[in-house]
Amino acid sequence: MTAPAIELKGISKAFGPVQANKDISISVQPGTIHGIIGENGAGKSTLMSILYGFYKADAGEIFIKGQKTLIPDSQAAIRAGIGMVFQHFKLVENFTVLENIILGAEEGAMLNSSLGNARKELKHLAEEYGLNVDPDEVIENLSVGHQQRVEILKALYRKAEILILDEPTGVLTPAEADQLFRILDRLREEGKTIILITHKLREIMEYTDTVSVMRRGEMTATVKTAETSPEHLAELMVGRKVLLRVDKKPAEPGATVLDIKGLRVVDEAGVERVKGIDLTVRAGEIVGIAGVAGNGQSELLEVLGGFADGTGTITMNGEAIPLSGHGADGQARRAAGISHVPEDRQREGLIMEFAAWENTVFGYHHSPEIQNGLLMDNKGIYTEAEAKMQRFDVRPPDPKLAAKNFSGGNQQKIVLAREIERNPDLLLIGQPTRGVDIGAIEFIHQQVVNLRDQGKAILLVSVELEEILSLADRVVVMFDGHITGERDAAQTNEKELGLLMAGITDTSAVANGNGGNDNSTQEVPADG
Amino acid sequence: MDFLTLLQVLDTSVRLATPLLLACLAGLYSERSGVVDIGLEGKMLAAAFFSAAVAFYSGNAWVGLLAGVGASVALAVIHGLASVTFRGNQLISGVAINFLAAGMTVLVAQSWFRQGGRTPPLEGDARFNPIELPFAIGPSDAAAADRPLSQLIAEAGPLQQFYSELISGHSSLVYLALLTVPFTWWLLFRTRFGLRLRAVGENPAAVDTAGVSVVWLRYAAVLICGVLCGVAGAYLSSALQAGFVKDMTAGRGFIALAALIFAKWRPVYALWACLLFGLFQALELRPDIIENVSGLKVQVQLLGALPYILTVVILAGFVGKAIPPKASAEPYIKER
Repeated sequence: MTAPAIELKGISKAFGPVQANKDISISVQPGTIHGIIGENGAGKSTLMSILYGFYKADAGEIFIKGQKTLIPDSQAAIRAGIGMVFQHFKLVENFTVLENIILGAEEGAMLNSSLGNARKELKHLAEEYGLNVDPDEVIENLSVGHQQRVEILKALYRKAEILILDEPTGVLTPAEADQLFRILDRLREEGKTIILITHKLREIMEYTDTVSVMRRGEMTATVKTAETSPEHLAELMVGRKVLLRVDKKPAEPGATVLDIKGLRVVDEAGVERVKGIDLTVRAGEIVGIAGVAGNGQSELLEVLGGFADGTGTITMNGEAIPLSGHGADGQARRAAGISHVPEDRQREGLIMEFAAWENTVFGYHHSPEIQNGLLMDNKGIYTEAEAKMQRFDVRPPDPKLAAKNFSGGNQQKIVLAREIERNPDLLLIGQPTRGVDIGAIEFIHQQVVNLRDQGKAILLVSVELEEILSLADRVVVMFDGHITGERDAAQTNEKELGLLMAGITDTSAVANGNGGNDNSTQEVPADG
Repeated sequence: MDFLTLLQVLDTSVRLATPLLLACLAGLYSERSGVVDIGLEGKMLAAAFFSAAVAFYSGNAWVGLLAGVGASVALAVIHGLASVTFRGNQLISGVAINFLAAGMTVLVAQSWFRQGGRTPPLEGDARFNPIELPFAIGPSDAAAADRPLSQLIAEAGPLQQFYSELISGHSSLVYLALLTVPFTWWLLFRTRFGLRLRAVGENPAAVDTAGVSVVWLRYAAVLICGVLCGVAGAYLSSALQAGFVKDMTAGRGFIALAALIFAKWRPVYALWACLLFGLFQALELRPDIIENVSGLKVQVQLLGALPYILTVVILAGFVGKAIPPKASAEPYIKER
């Protein structure tokens, strides 16, 4: 057996009191794709940053191809043949592709010859691995998928033999993700070693040869992917059995709560984002809106939530609600019985600098029960916030902590607690589990289903197809501002929805009468 | 207005634009690396004093220049320590440097020379004297003909007038400042150092992960900024004027920052912006010209405010957007 491409022994790293990595040992075989999976804050990114010389380990040793190697900085990592594609790309946005690729790896003090040689090398790499990018295009004009290619090219240009990718598909469309994995396969065939950090069980199962699981800074297991199952991995990640499917009874839809007719939305740039849609949501059902991000779903939510204007008619419990001007604001919407868990909870759902208890009443300041004469009943709000945080299992349950100090999942629970406990007739919920840990996802989904079972109407928007398929009762697909199709969640499958999401309405070839069976496996969309 | 008057105004513009240009380029290096420097004013002022003082003692303007650059670089190092090493607030550090320089120069001047916070007037080689370019009509020709220089120039042809009045007869620092413009362009856009410098001001994490030291690059930029501010200050006290007086920079550091925004952080635009602002300052000295040309009596204060007004217009995005380097004013801290 050849020496492992990478071997880490006893790596430990602490940030102040937080032990991010505890005595981690791992061995990665050359020419394989090795997955590392774990919840947010499990220490995956820290470990890889140590390998890339971005952080210095407190203890431990690194062996590259059997040789003990010191990696005090990124320069040393690059010399050792390690390349890293960070989750947030490290590109200079107003530089060209070529300039970004040579940055730090220039051949001499003058740029001209470096640029010329890099151009040749780039062409060569593009042919070899199918990584086509226009070398003279400025980064900010490239799609996210192409920006990621530039990051991969940067590593290959530096002769990387080992490529680390940190949550590479978090920002990609499904089609871009497929392309990425084709490229990774190709790299593996060429003998490169790939470390894939992800929280998506599906990617691990489909693409990796070996997988290591991390939990709370420790490596809990390393197994051959072929010899494990998603349920087993999830259990290793969370430390207890996790329900990967949403446990729910069939919906019993009642009266129509929300009725949208001919809704159009024009954004600030004057572009029409929603192009005349009709949609109803009934009591006791979850309607899921599927679609690639940017096809009008966000604008739909914004109009319903009262912070964007639209035209058309919307009735709520039979009464028309204004779509612009007076009465078209969040407060009026809340009064009409609409609660909103916005897509971007950090910008629209919370004030990150404020304490959790203050965040539990935003938007409901006018409610009489939290007034105390002229002043607000802060003591009451605080006590209630404490109770809410208990009920929604917010960790840590400290109302005094600023919102920004909670993890993504716990922030979402704070928003949910605020919106659900107001007992709305209609709950709007956008990307409910974006950036949320697998353990918290289970809880959040359960809360949404409970609300439905109480006879409330729920409109769910998510770019995670599996989330839509497992949580929604009825799926509506949006493409380019139109509704391209509506399906019963139990009677459709990912392929059919994928075609609708691309604007193809003839889905007879893939329509599948009982396609629901393998879709109830819930993907675990969390994000670090 | 006749041709000669126009040349005279332009000549004054060039002389007044020189310190602005040097300070503006100083700011350009610093801000392109992601370090905002509102301490240009203070660094120039310190350099103006120390260069004048040392030039007075040594009798050599170049020795004075070295001292001025030294003083300015010392302040630049303080700014570097505060904003790069200790990742402090760059604006506060800059303000502190301005106050420090304003107080320190007057205090030391009073202690050394006892002339109310000024240096004694500089004469002879203690100043940077005008350089007479070949074939230009200059003071030597006037001495040979035993006639006033202005008469000789007035009698010459327009091309000779243009050459002698506007091109020739500046101190060496003026030519140095003008040469700094193409040099800066070349350094920024044609060399490895320039690529890295621009990158570190846009996204330091990209530079860091590429294995290049963010700290070193930013220090290099801050030090270049110090050197250029030092030259600008020395020019003020030992070329434009003959000696240091209290607060002699008179807001030039801030006008240079305005010019930097006006120039959208590009060296060649910086030249035009500084020449334009220099023209305003020249006209401020000659309000009669505006009155003669336009027939309007213009408040000179308005001219003094024009650079700032134009900068606000630019910032408001009326004439194309001025987008500063993205990582400007942000200390680089490795994210967790």
